Amino acid sequence: MSKQFELTVDRIKCDGRGLCAELLPELIRLDDWGYPILAAGVVPEHLIPLAQRAVEDCPVLAIALRRTHIKK
Amino acid sequence: MTRLLGTPDTLNPLPPVGADFIDAIERSRLMGRGGAAFPVAAKWRAVAQRSRGNAVIVVNGAEAEPQSKKDRVLMSERPNLVLDGAFIAARVLRARNVILYIGERHDVARNAMLRALSVRSEPERRMVTVSAAPARYVAGAEAAAIHFLNEGIATPTNVPPYPFERGVGGAPTLVQNVETLAHVALLARTGETPRTVLVTLAGGIKKPGVLEVDAQTTIGEAVLRTGGATEAPRAILIGGYFGHWVEPEQAWDLALEAESMRRHGLGLGCGVVGLLPVSRCPVCETAAIMRYLAGESSAQCGPCFFGLRALADACTRIAQRGSNPEDLTRMQRWAVEVRTRGACRHPDGAAMFLSSSLQVFAQEFASHRAHNLGRTA
Repeated sequence: MSKQFELTVDRIKCDGRGLCAELLPELIRLDDWGYPILAAGVVPEHLIPLAQRAVEDCPVLAIALRRTHIKK
Repeated sequence: MTRLLGTPDTLNPLPPVGADFIDAIERSRLMGRGGAAFPVAAKWRAVAQRSRGNAVIVVNGAEAEPQSKKDRVLMSERPNLVLDGAFIAARVLRARNVILYIGERHDVARNAMLRALSVRSEPERRMVTVSAAPARYVAGAEAAAIHFLNEGIATPTNVPPYPFERGVGGAPTLVQNVETLAHVALLARTGETPRTVLVTLAGGIKKPGVLEVDAQTTIGEAVLRTGGATEAPRAILIGGYFGHWVEPEQAWDLALEAESMRRHGLGLGCGVVGLLPVSRCPVCETAAIMRYLAGESSAQCGPCFFGLRALADACTRIAQRGSNPEDLTRMQRWAVEVRTRGACRHPDGAAMFLSSSLQVFAQEFASHRAHNLGRTA
């Protein structure tokens, strides 16, 4: 079984800068106040590099990519 | 029959309890009475597994829900029973400290608890400290209580870590509502928990207040026992401000019991049953409660802070200026979007309350005409 990841956001840290949604619009959109709404479930394999980029580039380090046990 | 209220609150030696007492709790299927209805045995086991004689028991009497009075009445009438529950928890979970976390404005309840404590044994008294819970809606939530006890700030934190993993002073911690602890005490004493719940009847009711009812009692019977409604209710709010509105004819036959509530997609929550009289405007009532809940956001998470304020604003616009389809559509969408997007469940509770308003009062929201907002719940 390949490794599976899901995106999480620390809601207290998140400042609504919105970078994540620009880097990964496939899985992240912004609400009316600029805070991210994450697509639920496992991050598709081909999007993992972009998701990693979103994690690394978040100015307040609020986004994380976590190993998951969700079944595909 | 064993009951919580209406029985003399005497000080007796604690019944012997061991680690197998958690099995007895499990068999009793006791669930937390603070609002979340979490199974008590599971919570105790999690603390027991991690305690090395250093666990902490937080006796949760914050009772921040505006309409709720049942925890205060219980602490005032049966302080020894609540303390018994706390010391039983301390023994079973090998705790070193017991913290009485009582709402800062609940003077009568706190004094009753302190009086009862003053005649307990020296070792018991030495375990106890008292803390005044800030009068904020979120202050009664577990994570907020622990944050306050550790750092003096009653705002929720991210979980995990859960209180049983890292609570007060980093130690495994049990945060338990006072009514739940009273049930635990009676279970240890009599071998059974009373099949009763404490509810607070509020709103358009002749004699509002706290009632202890058998779990099979329906809302209609409970209302009659308090002298009946002041006038025909338009809807009934079950479970306080995080609860759901229900049409009276449906609510009347509902049993005040967690499992039957769940079967109807409802929850007893903190046990508040509020009657909205037909003469009151449901839209204005909803707007007032949403305004309150938005103001009680701890302003840590954007979706809660901005989202609840936007929801309250839209609701207020309809209340003050009359219905408009744009705000109605936006409210429907926001009420879904803000859910699960806070560190705590505050946005979820407020959004679900609003969704039930929009559903039960769909007619009123769609055809509301401007009138002054001045009535409150």
